[in-house]
Amino acid sequence: MTSEKILTDQMIAEIQAYFPRYPNKQAVTLPALHIVNAHLRHVPLQAVVEIAELLELHPAEVQDTLTFYGFFKQEKPHGETRAWVCRSISCALRGGEEVLAHLCETAGINPGETTPDGKLTIEAAECLGACEFAPCMLAGEDVRKDLDNAKADRFLEELGIR
Amino acid sequence: MPQFQPVLLANVHNEDSHTLRAYEAVGGYQSLRRVLKDNSPDDVVETVKNSALRGRGGAGFPCGLKWTFLPKDHPGPIYFCLNADESEPATFNNRILMEEDPHQVLEGLILSSFATKTSTAYIYLRYEYPLSLKRLQGAIDECYAAGLLGKDILGSGYSLDVFIHRGAAAYICGEETGLIESLEGKRAWPRIKPPFPAVEGVFRKPTVVNNVETVACVKHIMDRGVEWFKSIGVPPNPDNPRDAGSFGPKLYCISGHIEKPGCYEAPLGITARELIEDFGGGVWKNRKAKAAVPGGISMGFLRHDELDCPLDFNGPGKYDCLGLGTAAVTVVDDQTSMIDVLHNCCRFYAHESCGQCTPCREGTSWALRMMDRIRAGRGRLIDLELLLEIGDSIGIMPGTTICGLADGAAWPIKNVIRKWRDECEDYIKTTNPSGYMETDPVPAMDLVQLH
Ligand SMILES: Cc1cc2nc3c(=O)[nH]c(=O)nc-3n(C[C@H](O)[C@H](O)[C@H](O)COP(=O)(O)O)c2cc1C
Ligand code: SF4
Ligand code: FES
Repeated sequence: MTSEKILTDQMIAEIQAYFPRYPNKQAVTLPALHIVNAHLRHVPLQAVVEIAELLELHPAEVQDTLTFYGFFKQEKPHGETRAWVCRSISCALRGGEEVLAHLCETAGINPGETTPDGKLTIEAAECLGACEFAPCMLAGEDVRKDLDNAKADRFLEELGIR
Repeated sequence: MPQFQPVLLANVHNEDSHTLRAYEAVGGYQSLRRVLKDNSPDDVVETVKNSALRGRGGAGFPCGLKWTFLPKDHPGPIYFCLNADESEPATFNNRILMEEDPHQVLEGLILSSFATKTSTAYIYLRYEYPLSLKRLQGAIDECYAAGLLGKDILGSGYSLDVFIHRGAAAYICGEETGLIESLEGKRAWPRIKPPFPAVEGVFRKPTVVNNVETVACVKHIMDRGVEWFKSIGVPPNPDNPRDAGSFGPKLYCISGHIEKPGCYEAPLGITARELIEDFGGGVWKNRKAKAAVPGGISMGFLRHDELDCPLDFNGPGKYDCLGLGTAAVTVVDDQTSMIDVLHNCCRFYAHESCGQCTPCREGTSWALRMMDRIRAGRGRLIDLELLLEIGDSIGIMPGTTICGLADGAAWPIKNVIRKWRDECEDYIKTTNPSGYMETDPVPAMDLVQLH
């Protein structure tokens, strides 16, 4: 295993900028994970070790927190776009699960997986708090509203998939 | 009562409603200016206490009373956590406030922080709200630039910093002590109470946790007074000395099988039927309602003949639901299987249980596996008893778990099986005609992928 550093100076500076907000450094764990994830689209174990060093924690403490949330991938980056497709009640009542299945089938992946070209990761999400637009998904920072299969297809076309 | 005029949503349709300029044009920050000049923190606590404002985050605990649990003359720091994790399925009222009127939320937060003598407030914001993040951060930046946040606010001597802390897609971070652990950088395992956060919360210091809509109400109470607030809603039941009443305006979300899904403001106490008919435009496709969730799925289900249930803090309990919760109503039409609905609920809780209490971790995942098996045509009538056994034994109420997630997981199970017993039995009998009477243990379906 190489010990080449993963965190760039910029990431470190971004993480350190959070220090004054909290009375201790452990509280910067989630912000740090988000920062690394925003840059690398995953948080590899080596990054966990380096975050721990910055926050004066044991790597296991950071790893413990990271693994609690299903949010941070460790093995490999998520796609350029990460789409959270809601499967909770108000969306499911209006066809959300069918849209999720259609998206996955068309993109040729299962929920949680990334297309081989690295363009898209599809996640099965719980309520996104956008239930008035059910069924919906959050793709990157955009809420895609009132989805049906046709809109799902258009979304994939925009990304150059299909 | 005269025609009700929206208060919390009064400005959401104004142009650039999220900016300081637009907010100040409609009288924004006038309450804060007046309070900082004329009032002490205790004045604010007293006013909020007298208003009988109850928390809007789900539990309905009296807000002013909670504030009085903070230790007196504490050397500090005291922390304020604004709960913007909003993850209860079907709930999105906080999002509307943060996206369309973030300054209203901030003014309420500053007033509440002043009242509780906090100098640092964290907004715990769920990850899935990028627009709320942008709007709130924009509003916070505007406040710092205008002297409404930071050191010596408006020359009053009172100082406050507000920071946004983003979650990472976990429902349990909305539970107040799960939120606190998550904020501290740990896994969001709720704490055993007591000690309550007001005594020992984040960073082991006294902490107030309030919902976004609750602090927005604080702003309006300071604006218009206790009399005004108590002129809206439902007074306490005189036969119940512990009832604090259900006063004030409330944001109701309505979604699912409804013509006009959305977030609507009404006095506390409108009925589910009024919400569906008068605001939501009726059940979609001219169908009839079979069921409605009164306040997020954790509250359970009302039957079609229970829709006159008032959506105040006491109403849903009279219909065997858990409570008002988040006042988010999901309508289920008469062509939907309650087995599918219950399966969806069970999957949610199995996925979101934080795993630290065995009854909740195992109970929610067993319930899901049984529902999977029932839907796969291998259900037995005895499964309904087993499901009820789980439903009746997990939660704070039976005393087996640390937090209320398990009570919320139990309620849909209990309500669906007890209120739609015939439908559940019919489903099992018709999908498993040769095996529905079996009672021997059966192997689980393939292990369910939980994460
Ligand atoms: C499983 C669970 C999830 C919760 N999620 C939220 C939430 O997302 N937002 C919220 O304000 N309260 C939530 N609560 C309630 C909080 O624990 C707490 O009561 C509330 O934030 C207090 O604020 P309030 O008194 O202003 O309502 C949740 C409770 C439980 C048991
Ligand atoms: S009741 Fe469930 S969610 Fe709550 S602390 Fe226990 S295991 Fe975690
Ligand atoms: S249920 Fe899908 S966004 Fe709420």
